[in-house]
Amino acid sequence: MALALGGYFSSASSVFTDSLVNLQFWFSSRFTALQDFFTAPRDITSLRQQNAELQAEVAELQAQVIQLQQQVGETQILAALVDFSRARPENTYKAAAVIGRDPSPFLHYIIINRGSNDGILRGMPVVTNQGLVGRVDAVIADAARVQLITDPASTVNVRLQNAEEEGALVGSVTGDVILQMIPQDVNVESGDLVLTSGLGGGYPPDLIVGQVVNVRSRDFDLFQQATIQPVVDFNRLKIVLVIVNFKPVDISPLIPQP
Amino acid sequence: MRNLIAFPVIVLAVILQSAVVSRMTLLSGFGDLPMVMLAAWALQDSVDSAWHWAIATGVLVGFLSGISWVVYVLGYVLVVAMAKALRMRVWQAPLLAMFSVTFLGTILVSVLSLFVLRVFGVAIPLQDAFGLLVLPGVLLNLLLAIPVYAVMRDLAHWVYPSLEVE
Repeated sequence: MALALGGYFSSASSVFTDSLVNLQFWFSSRFTALQDFFTAPRDITSLRQQNAELQAEVAELQAQVIQLQQQVGETQILAALVDFSRARPENTYKAAAVIGRDPSPFLHYIIINRGSNDGILRGMPVVTNQGLVGRVDAVIADAARVQLITDPASTVNVRLQNAEEEGALVGSVTGDVILQMIPQDVNVESGDLVLTSGLGGGYPPDLIVGQVVNVRSRDFDLFQQATIQPVVDFNRLKIVLVIVNFKPVDISPLIPQP
Repeated sequence: MRNLIAFPVIVLAVILQSAVVSRMTLLSGFGDLPMVMLAAWALQDSVDSAWHWAIATGVLVGFLSGISWVVYVLGYVLVVAMAKALRMRVWQAPLLAMFSVTFLGTILVSVLSLFVLRVFGVAIPLQDAFGLLVLPGVLLNLLLAIPVYAVMRDLAHWVYPSLEVE
């Protein structure tokens, strides 16, 4: 012991310990290799399971993102509609969602989710924050059908803001709206704003309808015609406002019958 | 009792038409899912209730649409009549019959719509109507015809299983 502590056996002990260390390293490395071999498949299985769980979570989060984006879009639309209604305190509005369209391609109607239970009546004007959409054509308890201004049977009395001249806006089967009955001596230019005139009692005055895109004026015609670009995008209508305090005037008894 | 299946199927078809199909436009035209569904139903050998389906569907679509309900009731009944007549003649080629009924039925319902609109004072230029509405509608209906025919055939097998066994 005294010799060993004195360092006289150091070379012999180092040979011994080195051998032990090498032997332990050999066993350890082989054991680790075997452990990896047997545990690796289990890890892949758990990783796959974890991956599937994460993918499901990602899909759920993506769905939530889409839902939230949709909610943000609806909130923005509603905020714009609230601003619009605040800017016109003389009108009372009822917001409604567009839930369908007319099954016939020849007509331009939308179906909204508000009806007579919400105070909606036939003839009430329908708008968005951008401008005029149309008017209520038929009502049931919880839904209503709205005739768009692009419908071929729709006629709206309008006025040109700059020219202070009145005309009639008619729809068409293609969705274009044409301004008719403009006298030949009126100067109409593209970009002129078209507003409802209130004439006839069908719509309240001064609702924005659209802008003049081009004018057709021929010498042999009695009136000019203008193509109007509506301010409302009718293909993307989601939420509309019904003006519930407007009572349309029925002037048909005053029109002389032939 | 078998005919009760008509109510959910017709209501579903009309809801899909109003909420989905009418927004999938080609030019300005779109498909007519209830008409294609009726044509496919009337072409099934075992089906004997196609007339009732046509009237119920016509009334429901007419209720939803701004056009007179007469267009849809009459149009759909005529489509069923056409399908029944064609089923007798081209019974070995049901898909050919389906395409024929779909094509002719779309034209028929469109012509009826144009006629009724003109009677009510809405004059639609024929060139625009056929070029932008009717022909795209025909194409979309022909695209709808195959899947709708498959679904209605399976439905007919499910509703009338005893006749299939015989």
